[in-house]
This record gives sequence, C-alpha cells and structure tokens, in this order.
Amino acid sequence: MLSPFYQELVSSLNRGLLMSLYLIIPSAVGGILLGIIVGCFRAFGNTFVRKMCDTYAAIFRGTPLVVQLFILYFGLPNIGICLSSYTAAVLGFVLCSGAYQSEYIRGALLSIKQNQYSAAQALGFSRFQSIVWIIIPQALRKALPGCSNEIIYLIKYSSLAYVVTCMELTGEGKAIATEYFRFTEVFAVIGLYYLLLVSLAILVLKKVEKATLIPGFGQF
Amino acid sequence: MGDPILSVENIKKSFNGVPILKGVDLCLNKGEIKILIGPSGAGKSTLLQCMNCLVPPDSGKFRLEERTVDITNKRELYVYRQQVGMIFQDFNLFDHLTALDNLTIALRKVKKMGKKEATARALAELSRVGLEEKTHLYPAQLSGGQKQRVAIARALTMDPKVLLLDEPTSALDPEVMGEVIDVIRNLAKRGMTMIMATHQINLIRTLADEILFMESGAVVEQGQPKVLLVPGTRSQGFCDKLDILTGKIK
Amino acid sequence: MIESFNAVKQSLPYLLQGGWITIVIVTGAMIMGFFMGLCMAVGQVYGPSVLKRVIGVYIWFFQGIPTLVLLFLFYFGLFNYIGFNINALAAVTVVLGMTTAAYQANIFKGAILLLPRGQFKAASTMGMSDFQAITGVILPQILRLSIPAWSNEFSIVLKDSALAFVLGVPEIMARAKFIASRTYQYLPLYIIAGLIYFVLTWAGVMGLAKLAKTVRIPGYANKGI
Ligand SMILES: Nc1ncnc2c1ncn2[C@@H]1O[C@H](COP(=O)(O)OP(=O)(O)OP(=O)(O)O)[C@@H](O)[C@H]1O
Ligand SMILES: [Mg+2]
Repeated sequence: MLSPFYQELVSSLNRGLLMSLYLIIPSAVGGILLGIIVGCFRAFGNTFVRKMCDTYAAIFRGTPLVVQLFILYFGLPNIGICLSSYTAAVLGFVLCSGAYQSEYIRGALLSIKQNQYSAAQALGFSRFQSIVWIIIPQALRKALPGCSNEIIYLIKYSSLAYVVTCMELTGEGKAIATEYFRFTEVFAVIGLYYLLLVSLAILVLKKVEKATLIPGFGQF
Repeated sequence: MGDPILSVENIKKSFNGVPILKGVDLCLNKGEIKILIGPSGAGKSTLLQCMNCLVPPDSGKFRLEERTVDITNKRELYVYRQQVGMIFQDFNLFDHLTALDNLTIALRKVKKMGKKEATARALAELSRVGLEEKTHLYPAQLSGGQKQRVAIARALTMDPKVLLLDEPTSALDPEVMGEVIDVIRNLAKRGMTMIMATHQINLIRTLADEILFMESGAVVEQGQPKVLLVPGTRSQGFCDKLDILTGKIK
Repeated sequence: MIESFNAVKQSLPYLLQGGWITIVIVTGAMIMGFFMGLCMAVGQVYGPSVLKRVIGVYIWFFQGIPTLVLLFLFYFGLFNYIGFNINALAAVTVVLGMTTAAYQANIFKGAILLLPRGQFKAASTMGMSDFQAITGVILPQILRLSIPAWSNEFSIVLKDSALAFVLGVPEIMARAKFIASRTYQYLPLYIIAGLIYFVLTWAGVMGLAKLAKTVRIPGYANKGI
C-alpha cells in the first residue's frame, strides 16, 4: 500500500494529468489547423497576405512561449482584456504551435513539384481544387514528421501553463512538493508522467506515419 | 476533310521578351492525327502547352467545335481543358494516389461523379490499357510504361474531344515503349483526334495524317506524309537523322 | 500611454542588463551541450553497445521531460540531495546544457551518419592516427554539416532560458516581471522583453548563418541536416 504522501501525490498528479490533456489536445488540433491555414497563405497568398503571415510566424517563433503567455494572461488586462488562465494558455499554445507548424507546412507545400499542379490543371481542376485535392494532401504527408515533432514539443511546453496559474501536472506537483518539502521525489514522478506521455505520443505518431506511408513518397 | 474540332489561330508566346512561338495556326479535324516534329527548342512543347493554356499564350484565338473559347474566363477555361486531354513526357501522375485514384479523383472532383460510378469508369479505362492488375499500386511502384498508360487512361476518363501528346514515349526505356505505342495505335483506331510531338519514326510514318515541321517557333513545312516525306524536304532530312539514330541504338 | 512609455524608458537599461545574464546562460549551456553532445554522438555511432544503450536512455530522459520540470527537479531536488550546492544561475546553465546536449547529440549523430563512408579509412591509409583522423578529417566535416540544425538549437535554448526566472535568476524575464509587478505596466514591459529576445534570436541566427557561409566549401552540401 502506498503511503499517504504518495496517495495524495498520485491523486493530484492524475488530476493534473487530466488538465494537461485538456490543454494539449485542443492546442495540438488548433495548432495544426492554424498551421495549415497560415502555411497555405505563406506559400500561395498574395504579397500582402504572405508578408502578414510571415511576420506572425517570425514573431511567435522568435520569442519565448513564456513571454507570449505572460502577455496574454498578465499583459492583456492592461487594455481591458481579461482571459482565464486556461483560455490564455490554450490560446498561447495554439498561436505558438501554429507558427511552427506553418513553417513545416509551407516548406512541404513549396517542395511539391510544379508538374503535379500542371497535371491537375490539364484535367480541368480549378486552381482551388488543385491545391485542395492534390497539393495539400501531398504536402501534409511530407510535413507529417515535422508536425509530429512539434506536437511532442507542445506536450512538453504545456508545462508552462503552470506559470499562468493553470493547475496542470507541473502546477499540481509543485503544490504538493512545496507542502511536503519533498522536491526530488515529486519532480521525479512528474518527470515520469511526462516521459510516459511523450513516449506514448511518439508511439502513436509513428503509427500514424506508418499507416499513411505512401510507397516512394519522398520524406520531407 | 472538313469537320474541325479544335482550331487555334495566331498563337504567340514570348519568354522574357524572346519570342518562342511566332504566330502558329492549327486546325484539327475530327479523327485526324497530326504529328509535330522539329529540332529541340523549336517550341513543340510550348505550343502544346499553350493549346490548353497550361502556358498562357500572349495572343491567340481558340475554337472548340465551332465555339470560340474565351480563355480569360476561368470557368470556360476549366471546361475547355476537360475536353482537351494532355499527355506529358514525364507522366505527371499524382504521386500520392494509386493508379485507380489517379483516375477517379478527376471524375469525382471535376465531373462531380459518384464514387461507385467513378470507380467503374476508371476500372474500365484501366483495363482498356491493360492495367486491371495494377489498379491499387502507387506511381512509385509502376514502371515507366505502366505510368504512361495510367496517364493516358486518366486523360481518357474525361472524355476529351482532342488529345495533346508531348513526346509520350521519349522518357521510356526501349523495351517498354512498345506497350505505350500500342495504346496510342488503339486510340487512333478508335478515331481519337490527336496532336502529338514525337521522335518515334514509325509512329510518324504510320499514324500521321499530317506532319507539321516546326523550327524556331513557326511551322515551316506541313503536309501529308507521302507528300512531305520525299527527298529534299526538311522533314525528310529530319527523319533521316532519326533513322540513323534509331539504327545506331539497335 | 505616457505612463507606460515612461515606465518602459526607465526600465530599459535594467532589462538590457538582464540580457547579459541571458547571454551567459545560453553561451554556457551551448558550450556544455556542444562537448557533451559531440562525445555522446561519437559514443552512439562508434561505441560499444552498452554505451549506446546508456546514451540512448540519457537522450530519452532529457528529451522527454519539460525543461521547467527539469529545472525544479535538479535545483530544488537532486542537486541538494547529492549535496551539490550551486547557485541558481549555475543550475539553470547546467540543466539547459544537459538538455541541449541530448538534442545536439542527435544533430551530430545525424551528421556523422551523413558522412560518406570511407572518409575514416582514407585518413587512416594516409598514416593518420585515429585521433588525428577524427579531429582533422571527420570533425570539420561534421561541424559544417551541423551548423543549420545547431543554429536552430541555439534559438530554442535562448528561448528556454526565459524559464530561469522560476529559480529567481535575474535575467530579462525576471526583471520584466519584477518591474511590471511594481508599475502595473505588464503589457508594455512583457512586449519589450519579447522584443529583446527577438533581437537576440535574430542576431544569433544571423551570426551563425554568416559563419556557415564563411566556412562553406563549394560543392559541399551546404543545406546540412
Ligand atoms: N518557362 C520558360 N521560360 C523561358 N524559356 C522557356 C520556357 N519554356 C520554354 N522555354 C524556351 O522555349 C524554347 C522552346 O522550348 P520547347 O520546350 O517548347 O521546345 P521543344 O520543341 O519542345 O524541344 P524538345 O524537343 O527539346 O522538347 C526553348 O528555347 C526553351 O528554352
Ligand atoms: Mg519538348
């Protein structure tokens, strides 16, 4: 039987894990979607749209996520916008992860050979149809390894929600550690939780990559 | 002959100020096969790509079955392209789709056909080019000849009125050229209207209703093979060279 | 508006001084990561299988746990536990260094595997010792190939260094936070902090790109890994 300390630790860490998942899943999905949209704009948009999206990506890739979260959670109230810690965290994760994802998507889109587009045009596809049915599916497949990697990063960076007072895995653990003054054990166990989470995600993402493998399709 | 399907007039195209096509006129009658020959850089590929506006010409008039096509109107252009099929030298199959899906995607997305109907149609076309066994393979798993046959089948699913072929066999190994040539001969037998750039001497001799000899962006000789392929013409000189070349390969 | 402008103006020198601490952390961590990463990469490619396994576990550990958790674990936990008393600045540098070592090991390993086979043999046949072959032939090639990925890693470490404030290290972020809590000018101060990081990232990446250009060998893969 576990000692009372470990019982409390595990039960609050499980609560934190649930919160972490609540943070990670919408952020990962939102980040990918945003990344696809922005990536398309960066590859195919007109000069103005492209510049705007490039700037967005440069800003969010060039500054620490923790600064972005601080701006969203502590900074925005200065101009009358108050977000809950959960909203601020998810918003920050989506915006940051979207910027990185857009980089992979853009690179993959630009790597698709012109002849794929010509072939679609010759069959009577419109520009929009060619992009949606031919270019994007190919680009997504090529961008997958990069995007998976970014999701792994997101899982780890979800711990930053703690600094904007969102009680997820790290936050719950820190509270217990401070209460019992047992830092080594607590953070070792938290580390274990993250290791399991990350390893599991890698396993799943590798499965997805394998399942969507297309013979002879060049890796990105 | 007089049942024009596709005619283009005065097609001009310059790249960076250099004129590549200097006003080409062309008229394809129903069931007719025209063959484009000429030295490298003459503008054959450019002409064929201008004919379905993959390369938008600087000027030119397009008539499909007596109707003038306004190529600046996108909707009209997309419909026009469905009726003018194109076969590329390097196949240009969609790399992320199986042979079957390469055919069905155009039927489903462009012609808005249902899945079942599209699959049935695609299977029929694939078996017509002898690939009923290969329907679920990806382009990377097909040989060059098989890829080009899939590409031809894909063009045919759109029921084109005219087929443009740009050196359909020149990227192929000699052993597999034959299977593609057979498919093209079959098309000719079924009365498909075609214009083809090729250096395949036997295709030129046996298939052509008319030969067009192009040089530096203009058609400089034009006529039936029996008229054109006589000693003293540019076309005959060109074909002689091809003969020597193919002779050497053997 | 004027208030925030004044707050920013007054605090700017103070924030910029924090930039030096950030630079110290990042430089220390990158150098530490460089040497550890290089050793681990060589170990993973050429070492005995036990060593490979150990290095694999190290990489798995440091790539699988968030930096924030590692900082807490080592500073509040392990370092005290083993009686290794170091200040917060050193702790942050060491933890970031150990983390980036795991990533740099992968970068260098990728570069080693990218080298054409036979380079080592060619060097040996010329009479070079193993050590000479590695430092004289293999290393220069690996390092060139690694610059783009290494520059990316640098920008990640720089951004991660902003977490040092949780241990009370007075770098940019901690200073911005400190002034913001007194002046209530959160938004402008955090934006300025972000701007400083942006400029630092940009300067570092530009510098490394320039380095890549000067050491480039014509005809040699300049895309890197
Ligand atoms: N996109 C382009 N930009 C600039 N120049 C081009 C472009 N496409 C073609 N050209 C030029 O146009 C000329 C004609 O090219 P084209 O490909 O039509 O020749 P071709 O008759 O098909 O030759 P080949 O037998 O080698 O295929 C060439 O000189 C080529 O360099
Ligand atoms: Mg050509």
